[in-house]
Amino acid sequence: MSNFIYFWNHFAFILLMVGGLFIIITSQNYLKKVVGLAIFQTAVFVFFVSLAKVLDGTAPILTKMANAYSNPLPHVLILTAIVVGVATSALGLALVLQIYKNYETIEEKEIESLELKSDK
Amino acid sequence: MNFLLINFFLISLLLVTTFFIFKTTSLISIVALTGAFTLLCSAIYVNLDAVDVAFTEAAVGSGISTILMVMAAAKLPEGKKNKLINLFPSIILAVAISLILIIIIANLPLLGDPNAPIHLHVVPEYLKESKDFFHIPNVVTNILASYRGFDTLGETIVIFTAGLGVIALLTSNTLNRKTNFKKNKKNER
Repeated sequence: MSNFIYFWNHFAFILLMVGGLFIIITSQNYLKKVVGLAIFQTAVFVFFVSLAKVLDGTAPILTKMANAYSNPLPHVLILTAIVVGVATSALGLALVLQIYKNYETIEEKEIESLELKSDK
Repeated sequence: MNFLLINFFLISLLLVTTFFIFKTTSLISIVALTGAFTLLCSAIYVNLDAVDVAFTEAAVGSGISTILMVMAAAKLPEGKKNKLINLFPSIILAVAISLILIIIIANLPLLGDPNAPIHLHVVPEYLKESKDFFHIPNVVTNILASYRGFDTLGETIVIFTAGLGVIALLTSNTLNRKTNFKKNKKNER
């Protein structure tokens, strides 16, 4: 039981990652798919940051009082990845808006049926 | 021990929020829940000692991302209660991925283990040089700007490219096959 609370972050990482993937694949709404992609990315961020934690450590800002610091390297990687993730979802939202302009719907099955009708 | 309990509580809230994002169909609730999701993430980062990441997540993830989504949701129609697609293959995929990840995660060091391999290799030198050589107290800023400056330059290029893509998508009025199709549909009415 005491080990379980230490492993909870890793389990949550699995659930979040699979949940994000599930939302991307199963939902028909394109905006919801973009949100699913954001959840998928956030799962990786939380996992990386929880790998960097040291028990009894403090934030990696050097002071005279602290003697142990958390690992700063994953923080730097995630700092870069968060900004890139926002750029990705902005591009996805622009694509969704353009799809809405052309088809007047953002549901996947409706677009599919419209496409089939226009091919005839 | 206090830290572990707060971490457990916040991560569980994150999972509950994900479940409600999966369940709801209204677009504006999805956007609001995404905002709550990113805010919870920044609380988790503060609890895990990643204060710089928490700043960025609160400003960029919770701020700009939510504003962009609200602006997009204002122009889009209300979501419909359609049934889920590709349900069977995605369940198989989800179970397979979970099994692989569980096997991997069973071999990982526990949360906060000070002797994990990740803490032993390069980072002690970074901490030491930050103090003695660069005289910058914030190690994250030091690594971001001086050790890995080219990485940050690459990030800037990625954001610039994404901005160009967004502008090109939102201002394009090219008549493609789809737009012709839309015109035909309007003529039929």
